[in-house]
Amino acid sequence: MSVGIIMLVHTAFDRAEQVARHWAASGCPIVIHADKSVPMKTYNAFVKALSDLPDVRFSKRHRCEWGTWGLVAATQSAAQIMLDEFRDVRHVYLASGSCLPLRPVQELIDYLADRPQTDFIESATTADVPWTIGGLDHERFTLRFPFSWRKNRFLFDRYVALQRRLGLKRRIPNGIVPHMGSQWWCLTRQTLSAILSDPDRPEYDRYFRHVWIPDESYFQTLARQYSLQIESRSLTLSKFDYQGKPHIFYDDHLQLLRRSDCFVARKIWPFANRLYDAFLTDGAAAMKRTEPNPGKIDRIFAKAVERRTRGRPGLYMQSRFPVEGRENGLTCARYSVFEGFGDLFENFDSWLARATGARVHGHLFAPDRAEFSDGQTVMNGALSDSAKLRDYNPRAFFASLIWNTRGERQCFQMGPRDHIKTIEWDIAKDPNAQISVITGAWAVPLFKSNQNFGDIRQEAARLQQIESKHLEVLRSPWAKARIRIWTMAEFIEAPMEPLQTIIDEIGQQNMRGLSEVPKMADLSGFGQFLQNLKNQGMHPYLMGDFPVAHGPHEPQQNKPKPYLVQ
Amino acid sequence: MKPFQSYRMRLKRKRAKVRAWRNHYSLKQVADRTNRIRPGDILLFSTFRDEYVRLPYFLKYYRDLGVSHFLMVDNDSEDGGREFLADQPDVSIWTTKASYKRARFGVDWLNWLQSKYGHGHWTLVVDPDEFFVYPFCDTRPIRALTDWLDVSQLRSFGAMLLDMYPKGRIDAVPYRPGQDPIEIASWFDPGNYMIAKNNAFGNLWIQGGPRARVFFRDTPKKAPALNKIPLVKWDRRYVYLSSTHMLLPRGLNQTYDTLGGEKASGVLLHAKFLDTFAAKAEEELDRKQHYAASIEYKTYYDNLRDNPDLWCKWSEKYINWRQLEILGLMSKGNWA
Repeated sequence: MSVGIIMLVHTAFDRAEQVARHWAASGCPIVIHADKSVPMKTYNAFVKALSDLPDVRFSKRHRCEWGTWGLVAATQSAAQIMLDEFRDVRHVYLASGSCLPLRPVQELIDYLADRPQTDFIESATTADVPWTIGGLDHERFTLRFPFSWRKNRFLFDRYVALQRRLGLKRRIPNGIVPHMGSQWWCLTRQTLSAILSDPDRPEYDRYFRHVWIPDESYFQTLARQYSLQIESRSLTLSKFDYQGKPHIFYDDHLQLLRRSDCFVARKIWPFANRLYDAFLTDGAAAMKRTEPNPGKIDRIFAKAVERRTRGRPGLYMQSRFPVEGRENGLTCARYSVFEGFGDLFENFDSWLARATGARVHGHLFAPDRAEFSDGQTVMNGALSDSAKLRDYNPRAFFASLIWNTRGERQCFQMGPRDHIKTIEWDIAKDPNAQISVITGAWAVPLFKSNQNFGDIRQEAARLQQIESKHLEVLRSPWAKARIRIWTMAEFIEAPMEPLQTIIDEIGQQNMRGLSEVPKMADLSGFGQFLQNLKNQGMHPYLMGDFPVAHGPHEPQQNKPKPYLVQ
Repeated sequence: MKPFQSYRMRLKRKRAKVRAWRNHYSLKQVADRTNRIRPGDILLFSTFRDEYVRLPYFLKYYRDLGVSHFLMVDNDSEDGGREFLADQPDVSIWTTKASYKRARFGVDWLNWLQSKYGHGHWTLVVDPDEFFVYPFCDTRPIRALTDWLDVSQLRSFGAMLLDMYPKGRIDAVPYRPGQDPIEIASWFDPGNYMIAKNNAFGNLWIQGGPRARVFFRDTPKKAPALNKIPLVKWDRRYVYLSSTHMLLPRGLNQTYDTLGGEKASGVLLHAKFLDTFAAKAEEELDRKQHYAASIEYKTYYDNLRDNPDLWCKWSEKYINWRQLEILGLMSKGNWA
């Protein structure tokens, strides 16, 4: 009893010949089908090259375009020859010219001999698997597909749409249940001959001729009718990418394939010399040395598909430039934005760095330069602090900063004095942002400044307008960031609680509560300052209600540590 | 895209074809070995002027990647580079004394040669100081990439220009013929690139890197474009428009994904900043044959005379393509 190999070949005939000799060396009879579109000259040379092997046959040639009936017809003719001419074949293995046997052929023969009644064919109903390409699952069995998907996509799509519109449906013959699965199978003589000599075969053939991708459903469906025992998996290792194309194996996959534990792999790049040398010349040695680890191949190819379809969130680069809404994350990591804190507290930056261990920048969008932490002029990724470069493409600047520093939490200040117009929406819509705002705190530097009151008034009016616009953005329904807003009056009433919340959310080391608070600016007289602005006709409302008189909650300058929470 | 716009693009493409045809009269054949080109060969097209010192390594690098034939245009070299190339068995070379600028920086010459010899081949268009790096380039020849692109039904492959520079003065270490220039200029900027979409042609416009950081920090708009599409399965209908930054028909510029995924892409290591650069900048300044009256060269020259160091604390030293992949400068896409 032996295993017969059907090989479907359409290119790389030197490799096909090499593999055929490998099968033949272990006594497997071979029936080869070559695509009809192969030039006669090439075909004859190929036939001649294999003429010294006694157990090789060539079947009638069909034109095999992807997803068409030709592939099934080719398989049928080849299988018929195999069953007729090689009487002692018990299992028939369907392979292609770019398949490569990984384990010694004898192991495959022994394996199948131990399972004489088992058909290895991946076969699942359409309802249960998400394999389909092009949005057609059950419909591939109920519609007609006279136009080529590859060459004539427009007509293909139109014709499908038309049939849907008209509600046209084909009858599935004899009530068979359509199954689909990998095209590469290994069937027993019993099952295969039953399929080929079924009295209803003309009807089935007529039906499947117009099913879409029949090579993945003809045998898969009919095997269910006759098989005594189906093992629904393919013995051929074959991975598909998101477009339904098989992944290709190269020389650098040698270690992976050695550990794959599969009998046959598909598909191999024809110029992968190392793979062909390793597996065809010294198969036993190639496989046996290492512990099998078939899961690794799955992971690598699954990752490749994910990279192609979802990409790395927060990365903008030459081959990933998502349109708005498809970014899958505007940035790659969480970060914190503080507005007004730097104005209200004198040493906020250094305090925050101590309390969280995060990287704390100043005003990244300041008018004159990007204030990177520690006064650096260039940051991670060789990002320049030039305001012109930054403002030329603020979004690229910001996404790059977060991308370049991934693994380290970034915190920075923002305020109405900065160039925020072009970036505020991006940050507000970013779920990675944690934004904490003390409204009206921009008045503190004005209050401390030594400018003429007329200038102060003008500046206050300008800043208030910018900040109120900015608050509209933060409060809009599109804002996805974690946003907290306090008026200044509210905040200084009890500063510890909000600070603790923010620090906890940043969530690094310090779990015992804050041992130290930042030093608040001296606000005595601030209420009066606001009142003066009001008296000038400029109503500062963003700070909340500040009493004109000196309030009891205002911290005293002379106290060494105003708050201590343990 | 409205029919009117499509038609305008068609006219643009035709105009470029006419210009290529007109300019080809200035090309004089030096060595023609194009009869050795076999179907399926990967062809490299390049134009150069006084680059003899770079040519030996350039040929070696691309021969090792699996380029079968080099089609080179020499723009009036005087340093013996032309004679050197004419002796190589896999090089066909043309020479011209015509203006580089009038031929739109060499694009017209190459468009002509590509339409004549490149039809149906994968063609790589690079300068002698550009070194093509793609995913798995250390284990798979370029043929593996083009075969995969064929199977994936992709016609073009993007590779961003990555400016390489040495640590210290750029004229500190002299470059010798045959030497790998990346040994000297082994540093690059890993993450300061700015991308915008060019809506007219559908390509991305990338700027940034050391040149933007140092030379154009106050005039970022003028910073040179870094987006390139050097590898194309050529058809005689195609044209490059400006350098290899963009092509027509526009579909070829779609080398990026817009729905959040990553397409496969590579990088062109740009070893421009070697000790040969100062002399080159001075000469180009005289000739004014480069883009925008060589303003780029003027800026370089002024800056490099004072402080010829592009290196900074956050510069990254080049190791291999995997490093570039992790940094997010290129991607494997779904090639595994």
